[in-house]
Amino acid sequence: MSDDAESVFVGVDVGASRTKVAILNASKRLIGHSVRKSGTDFAHTAQVCLNSALEMTDISRNDIARCTSTGYGRKNVSFSDDTKTEIGCHAKGCYHYFPIAMTIIDIGGQDNKIIKLDERGRRLNFKMNRKCAAGTGAFLEEMSLRLDIPLENMDALATSSENMVELGSYCTVFSGTEVLEKIRQGKKVPDIVKGLFYSVIKRVLEMDSLTERVVMTGGVVAYNPYLVKMFKEITKREILVPEYPQLTGAMGAALFAME
Amino acid sequence: MADHFYELDEAAKTGSKKIAWNTSVGPAELLRGMGFLVYYPENHGAMLGATRMSTDLIPYTNALGYSPDICSYLTSDVGSYLQKKTPLTMVYNIESVPKPDVLVFNTNQCRDVQDWFSWYSRELNVPLVGIHTHRGIGEIRDYEIKDIANQIRDLVPKLEAVSGEKFDLDSFKEAVGLSRRTSELWRACLETAAAIPSPWTFFDATIHMGPAVVARGTREAVDYYEILLKELKDRMNNGVAAIDGEKHRLYWEGMPIWGKLRALSEQFAGLKTCIVASTYCNSWIFDQLDPDEPFESMAVAYTELFIVRDEPYKERYIRDCHERFKFDGIIFHDAKTCPNNSNNRYGMPERLSHKLGLPTLTINGDLCDLRCYSEEQAQTNIEAFIEQLEEK
Repeated sequence: MSDDAESVFVGVDVGASRTKVAILNASKRLIGHSVRKSGTDFAHTAQVCLNSALEMTDISRNDIARCTSTGYGRKNVSFSDDTKTEIGCHAKGCYHYFPIAMTIIDIGGQDNKIIKLDERGRRLNFKMNRKCAAGTGAFLEEMSLRLDIPLENMDALATSSENMVELGSYCTVFSGTEVLEKIRQGKKVPDIVKGLFYSVIKRVLEMDSLTERVVMTGGVVAYNPYLVKMFKEITKREILVPEYPQLTGAMGAALFAME
Repeated sequence: MADHFYELDEAAKTGSKKIAWNTSVGPAELLRGMGFLVYYPENHGAMLGATRMSTDLIPYTNALGYSPDICSYLTSDVGSYLQKKTPLTMVYNIESVPKPDVLVFNTNQCRDVQDWFSWYSRELNVPLVGIHTHRGIGEIRDYEIKDIANQIRDLVPKLEAVSGEKFDLDSFKEAVGLSRRTSELWRACLETAAAIPSPWTFFDATIHMGPAVVARGTREAVDYYEILLKELKDRMNNGVAAIDGEKHRLYWEGMPIWGKLRALSEQFAGLKTCIVASTYCNSWIFDQLDPDEPFESMAVAYTELFIVRDEPYKERYIRDCHERFKFDGIIFHDAKTCPNNSNNRYGMPERLSHKLGLPTLTINGDLCDLRCYSEEQAQTNIEAFIEQLEEK
């Protein structure tokens, strides 16, 4: 058993789209992690995800001192000792990386969050998107299907855009129709994809004002760095992104487990 | 409540008394004083919501051209009529709601109540009368009171034509007096929640407010609240908490989510959180009523309501409540189909949060239409809000 194995803490974030596991050692260093599609059996996915994260380490399940779960499926994790909301866990995870007052923007698979923290990491307020998936990862997933483009290609396509096509619709379904209209008009796919990114940014910006430093997290941020670059240009703000933006909630959960 | 509905059912079947349908903050005292039995379609709407029948019934009204975005009390209730389904059957074995002899509205709540009753007026060929209230009122002006008092007076001959009986001032004054007493008692009941710990919650009050809505102006309502107040005071004096180990106290702004009262009440209880006060339950306090000035005092009581006031008044009102009830945060319910009673839409949460130094949370939902409510998202928001309070 290595030093890492002396006392490790696990955070499991069962999101609407992906399940993430983070394993921290007693020094709060990330020693194992994993991301899987959440699928329909949250309990099983969490288990598989944990096993996969453990494989990155030289520890076993018996070395886990405590586990906290978060996300929509937080109550389905059978091996969890405690649950916390994803809002609390993202706040905790971000403050771990950036111990400053901040506005967190988390763009997740099915919801967006804006969380404001004071200089001590305490939550001042938070907002989640309303019961609409506009501006979330689900919006980009739907559009990748409509355009028949693999999700992982969207960032490169947006980056290569020379003349962004702006989309006016608020609703995911209407945006899909609008995208087809743009295709019929002969607009280039990279320009449409950049327009989709811009649409996500607009939806996020209308949720709340940005104060203090801005930290962006979530799967959409992890896989689409160009979206962060656009966000920076549009808001004229420096944007901080943690090392593993998709793992922020799981990291926060592991930090709660440590407490 | 059972007697209220059985009496209406009997009158509808036998014609023993005339029945007026009234909006929930309509001129109940005048109707009672003129001998009408009074039925409240909004109360029925709340029952349709609470029994979760609404979501199935609303589409039938939508199909008539009434938008899913308008009042879901209206769309639930009309859907109930169209489908001949009512919770009164399930609860009281009453076949249908009582047919009206007259429909009486007051637009102090919203325009939807007028449109709602207009539909029934056309459908049932029943006379429709009403009061049109001033809106966005800051300081209440004399001309507004005179206008509303005159509108109430103007109802008298129209109602006499329906009842076939002459207006009796003494009966009217008696109803105003009973309604005033009901209001005083109801206020006193609500004020007991200022105690720490609170002897009851917002969810309890949404049920116990029934008689303040449907039976104000009657002796029965007074009797009911005398008993309730005694029980609440006993609980208060003995330190009996509605929420064991009360840790947090909140204010609820906006409509109840009728179909989720139990789920929400259990979630808050599990989080050791008591919702101690609400604008909604306070909306049936009419303690300006005065039997000596029945028309004018009714005009004042029904004009000074929170829902018809301007934003600065509403903010002051909630700030005053904060001083009395000592809550730690405010939950705003943004009801999709009730813009008039969703006060988060013009920046009030942000302003109040700044002025009171309190966190606020907005939940998206609806009074009856559960298609507008994401339970998982709401529960997570509430849980996160309590986590936030615990970090302080």
